[in-house]
Amino acid sequence: MRDPLGRPPVALMVPAVLATLLLVVPLVAMVAATNWAALPDQLRSEPLREALWLSLTTSTAATFICLVLGLPLAWLLARVEFRGRGGLRALVTVPLVLPPVVAGIALRTAFGRTGVIGEPLLALTGFAFPFTTAGVVLAHVFVSLPFVVIAMEGALRSADREYDAAAATLGATRWTTFRRVSVPLALPGILAGLVLGWARSLGEFGATITFNGNYPGVTQTMPNLIYVTRQSDQDAALALSLVMLLVSIAVLLALRDRWLGTP
Amino acid sequence: MAGDAVSDGRLDVALRVADRVAAAFTATPGEVLAVIGPNGAGKSSLVRALAGLVPAEGHARLDGTDLLQVPARDRSVGLVFQGQFLFPHLTALANVAFGPRARGTHRKEAAEDARAWLERFGIGELADRRPRQLSGGQAQRVAIARALATRPRLLLLDEPFTGLDVKVAMALRIELGRHLASYDGVTLLVTHDAIDALTIADRVLVLDEGRVAQLGTPAEVSQRPRTEHVARLVGLNVVRDAAQLMAFTPDAVVVTLQEPVGSPRLRWHGRVADVSPHGDAVRVLVHAEPDLIADVTPAAATELSLLPGREVWLSVKATAVRTYAPEAP
Repeated sequence: MRDPLGRPPVALMVPAVLATLLLVVPLVAMVAATNWAALPDQLRSEPLREALWLSLTTSTAATFICLVLGLPLAWLLARVEFRGRGGLRALVTVPLVLPPVVAGIALRTAFGRTGVIGEPLLALTGFAFPFTTAGVVLAHVFVSLPFVVIAMEGALRSADREYDAAAATLGATRWTTFRRVSVPLALPGILAGLVLGWARSLGEFGATITFNGNYPGVTQTMPNLIYVTRQSDQDAALALSLVMLLVSIAVLLALRDRWLGTP
Repeated sequence: MAGDAVSDGRLDVALRVADRVAAAFTATPGEVLAVIGPNGAGKSSLVRALAGLVPAEGHARLDGTDLLQVPARDRSVGLVFQGQFLFPHLTALANVAFGPRARGTHRKEAAEDARAWLERFGIGELADRRPRQLSGGQAQRVAIARALATRPRLLLLDEPFTGLDVKVAMALRIELGRHLASYDGVTLLVTHDAIDALTIADRVLVLDEGRVAQLGTPAEVSQRPRTEHVARLVGLNVVRDAAQLMAFTPDAVVVTLQEPVGSPRLRWHGRVADVSPHGDAVRVLVHAEPDLIADVTPAAATELSLLPGREVWLSVKATAVRTYAPEAP
């Protein structure tokens, strides 16, 4: 097909092709380097099943918590005018750009055995977050929540406020309006935010390992397992990575209609 | 409420929305009050203040309760939005049932009630459609049914015919007039169309620059308009002459190329700004002091070469002019 506006310029085509290669080559190389003969055995290994199960359950739990806590916060940011709203929104987005290792240190400072919340919590209940599965979920929530809140706030904002006004004149309380109007109208964006948060949790490495260590069956998620396996067995690390790649592609497919709609 | 509080359904308004509108008026149950005025006159602000969607000072007593002291959801006020704002994720039936449901009516009962409202508006068979599957006229009927289903004592209609096809608007206008005749609450109908004001309304409230410029029956307002905007709406020329207002119809205006003889009070010089067909006649808008409209025969329009830019003289016979005092409403 000939573009009536002329050929795309070389000055744009070359970097575009380079960018594509940069993104695609590592993934293709990984698939190509996989030892397919050994793959079935590696996929049946106990550590993999444990880590995959832990990753899926903790990510799902974290996503659920992100929904329960994040949706109200997103609604507050989108619908209620108050002093410091801009400041609050900025604060919420900080973990978005925070290096995950730093997030892990921050979580330690707050929820560690001697942390601001961790110490009284330990004294009161005998429970401490670090090195537990609950600690993994906590780390996941910390790094995913900003993604979820920002995506949900955008979704809630895109629904015209006149619908809320209409619901109010019909006698609906703000709670009823939230449940029956705001959320249904923003549902596609809310779901997309949750999928994004889930994917972020699934890939979480830095904060989790800093806050929780790497105990098989308790805090060893897939990224942690891949990292430690790589040091001893290159082939096994490749096999594990392949599993993660497939999960990531599945997430992408789930989001395709929303973000990658072909024009 | 003090001893003068009455529960006879009367609406007694004296409210102010900062920088928008300051209006005082009363209306009786069953009455349809048309609110007309140019863009930015404060029509929507007035309606939204009564609905509780924008803050206002003053009072708006309905049945002895001051609406302004009550949150929007407890006002018993039905609002039909400009642009409808039907909930797009709900069916027509669920949209109409939303109000009763929100006020605690049981699901089944609310659905039956909503179905009855849709039947009343002749769209019972569209109950299961979503708003995007409805035509403009159908959607507007659902919107009106949705507002009425809460059994409001005050119904606010904000430009209900805007954006509709002319034929559809006319059919809906007739239908709405019939529904409003049997509605026992107060209705405020915001419109920019003189036909609405003259056919459906019992009284007309003219807003101009946020103030009540005139309040009277459609006949009074159309025969003795106090603002140029209303005059234009009802197709009259209104000229301020000293302390008096003079009104005359466009067909009484004589268009000539030479300066006519007669009273200088009743002749104007200007340029043709617009020429458009108007029934069997040709309507000519002339930029003079002030702008005036004249209806001439197509033959005369051709003979005088009435095209935009043409300099003409306009005059009117004293017997065709109605003179009245511009006293406050």
